[in-house]
Amino acid sequence: MGRLIAYRLLQLPLILAIIYVLTFLLVWVAPGDPFAGEKNIDPAVVASLKATFHAESPWKFLAYYPIQIIGHLNFGQSMQYREWTVNDIIKSALPISVVLGLFAMVIATVVGIVVGTMAAVRRGGWIDWLSLTIALVGISVPSFVVAALLLMLSASSWLSGVFAVGRFERPIDLLLPGVALAMAPMAYIARLTRVSMLDVLSSDFVRTARAKGLSRSWVIWKHCLKNAILPVLSYLGPAAAYTLTGSFVVEKVFNIPGLGQHFVNSVLNRDRTLILGVVLVYSTFVLAFNLIVDLAYGLVDPRIDVGGAR
Amino acid sequence: MNRGLLSPRIIIGGGVLALVLLACLIALPWTLSSASSIYYDGQHGDLVRGVPALNPAGWFGYDTLGRSLLGRCLLGGAISLMIGIAAAAIAVVVGTFVGLIAGYTGGWVDSALMRTVDVMYGLPYILLVILFKIALETPMTDGLERLQHGNWFSSAQAANLIVMFLSIGLVGWLTMARVVRGQVLALRGLPFVEAARALGLPQRRIFMRHILPNLVGPITVYATLTVPSAILQESFLSFLGVGVRLPLPTWGSLASDGVAALSPVKFYWWMLLFPCLLLMAALLGLNFLGDGLRDVLDPKKDAGKL
Repeated sequence: MGRLIAYRLLQLPLILAIIYVLTFLLVWVAPGDPFAGEKNIDPAVVASLKATFHAESPWKFLAYYPIQIIGHLNFGQSMQYREWTVNDIIKSALPISVVLGLFAMVIATVVGIVVGTMAAVRRGGWIDWLSLTIALVGISVPSFVVAALLLMLSASSWLSGVFAVGRFERPIDLLLPGVALAMAPMAYIARLTRVSMLDVLSSDFVRTARAKGLSRSWVIWKHCLKNAILPVLSYLGPAAAYTLTGSFVVEKVFNIPGLGQHFVNSVLNRDRTLILGVVLVYSTFVLAFNLIVDLAYGLVDPRIDVGGAR
Repeated sequence: MNRGLLSPRIIIGGGVLALVLLACLIALPWTLSSASSIYYDGQHGDLVRGVPALNPAGWFGYDTLGRSLLGRCLLGGAISLMIGIAAAAIAVVVGTFVGLIAGYTGGWVDSALMRTVDVMYGLPYILLVILFKIALETPMTDGLERLQHGNWFSSAQAANLIVMFLSIGLVGWLTMARVVRGQVLALRGLPFVEAARALGLPQRRIFMRHILPNLVGPITVYATLTVPSAILQESFLSFLGVGVRLPLPTWGSLASDGVAALSPVKFYWWMLLFPCLLLMAALLGLNFLGDGLRDVLDPKKDAGKL
């Protein structure tokens, strides 16, 4: 296990470096000279970028940018917002996005597993039918539609006092965006759990456990779930990526000042330093999350050799 | 092989999809010619506050600029479906190619390609699509400008559409590559391939006559499932405003208009409802079709029999 962790921790910076070079080529080099674009950039910003990052030549920039990030945690100046550095923007927006994303992931996992297990146990019953319907809807309805519907709901008269509409003030305002974001992964997790639960329920050790007198719910929630949860764990990585995608639109619909909004704006404004910074932050988070999931996988199922380096 | 081709899921999914697709395509001459579906014509300003009317252009109501929503939904559908199908086609070609090479060559080529796929899998999909779009848009616009023939469809718009499906397709091939590689690896170890090799058939012939035909099933299935995800991504991007450029509509940007028109004072429900309904119908149809096809065509299901 120790070797596995070390191996994966060494892999992480390598992958990040590849992502950095790729992003840099796509954003800074391919579209042409960043300082000759149609959007006029403040000369002060250009001067500052040239001074700290040697941005006059893309290849010098490629080398100096990581040095600034690793050495000084300095992502540079935003190319469109004169008063803002990329650090300021990330610092103000990242916590909101992280809380929202984690909240959505927790809802999706917990509700998805519970619904999926109940659907498997009562196979063919109404909850099974309901979970199938939710799964189909969850996969086919884009999260912006769910978000818009929830927004309309929260704006309706009988809920008007509870949530702030289109504003973001108190933690409870994260509830509806979180639900909208959780919908699709939740549906998928419910179906995954159902399928693998059905598999486990028909295995011999379950019959043995029941035969020796353990209660039904104990067997289901303790013995079976631990086995049935493995496919769900391996889906959590893609689910995180999906949540990230969804957070862009959900933040837009609910007007939440998270990182997603800034990223979309940076793309519209061709704010290349901001794009670089946000992509690196996002990638680090998603990769770290994937790493944790893989390690958890190894803990839950000791048979799996995650890194291939044991 | 044909036993399950008429399962209810395939019929329902295919039927819904065919209905939406046909409606979008048949209406194309009307939606393209009537400028009102693209540009504000100044004629229907008074209809903005009206509920859906009875003349065909008004079946779905009008948007806040007085444009026929039916026209825009159908044109948007044609654009969304076109981008989805084109992107899926690119994804299928690239994915099949990579999967074939990885699975058939093996060795370091295989591990290099599969590590690349792993790294790209770990990344948020949508970020890569957006990055590709940023990278390709300027060169593509410049390139098309040189070929400009001066029609109403500006080179910037054409470049925008092409770049949309290029960037979605260039990111969407990962699953396909994995599936095809797995399939090739499985096939390579089977007795009939070994027999073909023992008979001294040339590599090319084994490849073309014995391996490729056995891949048609899984490729069809995953191609069908790639289209809805491509459409979904396009609608995400257009919803965010970084996708297809206005005034060209797509389902995503129409839904975005609908959300923008939500207000406690006046409720333009049709602007949100109809684009979302069409999008959902198309996605459900494609997912149903793909699932149904998978049950019939995916050899993994009865891998034990092989």
